[in-house]
Amino acid sequence: MTKFTVAAAMAAALMSSTAAMAAELEVTHWWTSGGESAAVAEFARLFDATGNKWVDSALAGSGTGANPVIISRILGGNPMGATQMNTGRDAEGLIQAGLIRDLTPIAEEEGWKEFYADPGLFDACTYEGKIYCVPVNIHSWHWLWLSTKAFETAGIPVPKDWNEYATAIPQLREAGVIPFGLAAGWPLNGIPGVLLADVGGPELYEKVWGEHDAEAVRSPEFRKVAEAWATIRDAVDPAEVVPQFGDVANQLIAGEAAANIHGDWIQGDLQVAGAVPGEDYECLPGLGLTQRIEGGGDAFYFPQLPEGTSQDVLDAQVELAKLLVSKEAQVAFNLKKGSMPIRTDIDLSTANPCMQKAIAILQSPEGLLPSGETLNSSDTQQQLDDLNQEFFADKSFSVDDYIEEYASIIESAN
Amino acid sequence: MTDIQHAGALGRPVAADKPPGLLHNLFVRNLSAKIAATPMVVIVLVVFIGCTLWSVWFSFTDSRALPNGAFIGWEQYERLFAARRWRISATNLLTYGIFSLVFTMVVGFLLAVLMDQKIRFESGFRTIFLYPFALSGIVTGLVWQWIMNPTLGLQSTMRGLGWTNFTFDWITNTDMVLYALMIAGTWHGTGFVMVLMLAGLRGVDEEIWKAARVDGIPTWRTYLQIVLPMMRGVIVTTLVIVGSGLVRTYDLVVALTNGGPGLSSEVPAKYVINYMFNAGNLGQALAASTVMLAAVFVILIPWIVIEFGPKKAR
Repeated sequence: MTKFTVAAAMAAALMSSTAAMAAELEVTHWWTSGGESAAVAEFARLFDATGNKWVDSALAGSGTGANPVIISRILGGNPMGATQMNTGRDAEGLIQAGLIRDLTPIAEEEGWKEFYADPGLFDACTYEGKIYCVPVNIHSWHWLWLSTKAFETAGIPVPKDWNEYATAIPQLREAGVIPFGLAAGWPLNGIPGVLLADVGGPELYEKVWGEHDAEAVRSPEFRKVAEAWATIRDAVDPAEVVPQFGDVANQLIAGEAAANIHGDWIQGDLQVAGAVPGEDYECLPGLGLTQRIEGGGDAFYFPQLPEGTSQDVLDAQVELAKLLVSKEAQVAFNLKKGSMPIRTDIDLSTANPCMQKAIAILQSPEGLLPSGETLNSSDTQQQLDDLNQEFFADKSFSVDDYIEEYASIIESAN
Repeated sequence: MTDIQHAGALGRPVAADKPPGLLHNLFVRNLSAKIAATPMVVIVLVVFIGCTLWSVWFSFTDSRALPNGAFIGWEQYERLFAARRWRISATNLLTYGIFSLVFTMVVGFLLAVLMDQKIRFESGFRTIFLYPFALSGIVTGLVWQWIMNPTLGLQSTMRGLGWTNFTFDWITNTDMVLYALMIAGTWHGTGFVMVLMLAGLRGVDEEIWKAARVDGIPTWRTYLQIVLPMMRGVIVTTLVIVGSGLVRTYDLVVALTNGGPGLSSEVPAKYVINYMFNAGNLGQALAASTVMLAAVFVILIPWIVIEFGPKKAR
């Protein structure tokens, strides 16, 4: 009994000492690699500073592992306060079912659309004219990462674009360097889209993924894309594939692997390992071929909380939404994560050379290409992933067959 | 205890001169047994049969991430059978299934026979052989992944010891990955088969052995021609358990190879999960799961006919 009184008194003291509107908010996300968790900790730190409490629920496995958990929790009536989630059709279903909080009033009040680097980012968050999510960064798959040390070993200058790199592959192999470092599973799925937009060019990209034009797939431009894809396939020895993309970052730093095409979030891991861009590694946005790259946002959704949830928690959701796009949070988060910020009106002079390149692209008038997530349904995406995985594993799978299969998926895209 | 006494015990005397009516038979007769069975009946009707029908129905719709699509007939099935990945998955499962079924049954039976030789420490061996079955498919898969991963496991150990040409890269080799899966699957399932078979062997009457010995029949022939046919029930049950388990092979594959390299170790259950959660195409996933259900029925129906069908003279 006495113990209870003491506990109650302490709880009361704690309650009164924090801000009146303090609330605990559970946030689910799948940022679990070294660089990513350092970045998300910045959000948590800033949110805790407002007097609220960020209850961190990191779920491993991104779209495959975490997304089903998140969706089934929301569907099952046990929603978290806020969650990172794939934009696109999955979220659309939840929005239709009225399970996601409408953020339009906050967006209007804060004038989000005015300072967002690319208004197109909201397209994936908009449903019937209302905004349902907050993009917190712009990440892009379109980077060729090159290990300075590996090219030194092979005695070749670090390539300036994809074509130079492709011709260097045999020499790299001869020098005992892994020409293309690769992690097993999903990291492979991003590469063909990069080749499509950069080797094939933005025009081809918009025809194939934007308009689902199967004839464009049968064109000679697309053949170049498929051949580039086959070049990577033939450069990779399946026995050298490593388990995690963070391991590829280590291979690059050690000079064991020469190159990798991977999203900018690998830079978080390169930084955590202490590598310096320009010295230890080079980065080429758009594979050095194009200045218009595809970019999509990691977005936060705020589930509709059940009837009877205290006002404090609802207010905390609003507060978090505002905080995620605030200048301070954007700088802190993106410097750690290595992705581009969603607003261009902030001081990123401390950003490293790779990010500076990204910001320059962001500010160019042509802007970003819409991301594959918004152009293809996840169903089509899955079919393309299946095809790419098979093509990659089977070296006897011909480029012609690949093009034909690809075209038939694009034809039936929905 | 007769029905009448039973009902009387429940405080509802039934007139002995009147035969019990239909309602009485349905609700009052064996009342306590019926009450006890109700939860199971409800679960079977609602959860198993209800959800199965629900799944089958939605496999005929164009449902995306949530089940609210319109009826579209056989379209999902047409797409399913046209999909390369599904065809590869089905072929993989067939190859893997037949091999591991035969292998686990044969090895399991042989182990059971060896265990039946009145050896010392039998229970100790039984525990050792059954132990893998206590591990989940995920653990089994991870352990074997470490062993078979060329950069971590056996291959690199052997190379480190000096055999620089030693190669064991089955899980990264498109042609061999199914055999890698079979090794892990067999390791996991054989002990279980062995225990079931051993129980069957122990169920054979000692008199039969004595008679066989008196007739001078060699032990191996006794096993093959007398004991094995007598164990028919156990064998069929084992086949059904192992067989339906194989159809839903999932966790082992996810942990060991995750379907790779490429699609070379994909299985139907993975297709279902992928299209349900990843691709957000519920209709397609449910069509695939309905086909899997049909496959299970192909295994189950002959068993039901054999076990519960018209009794023949045995």
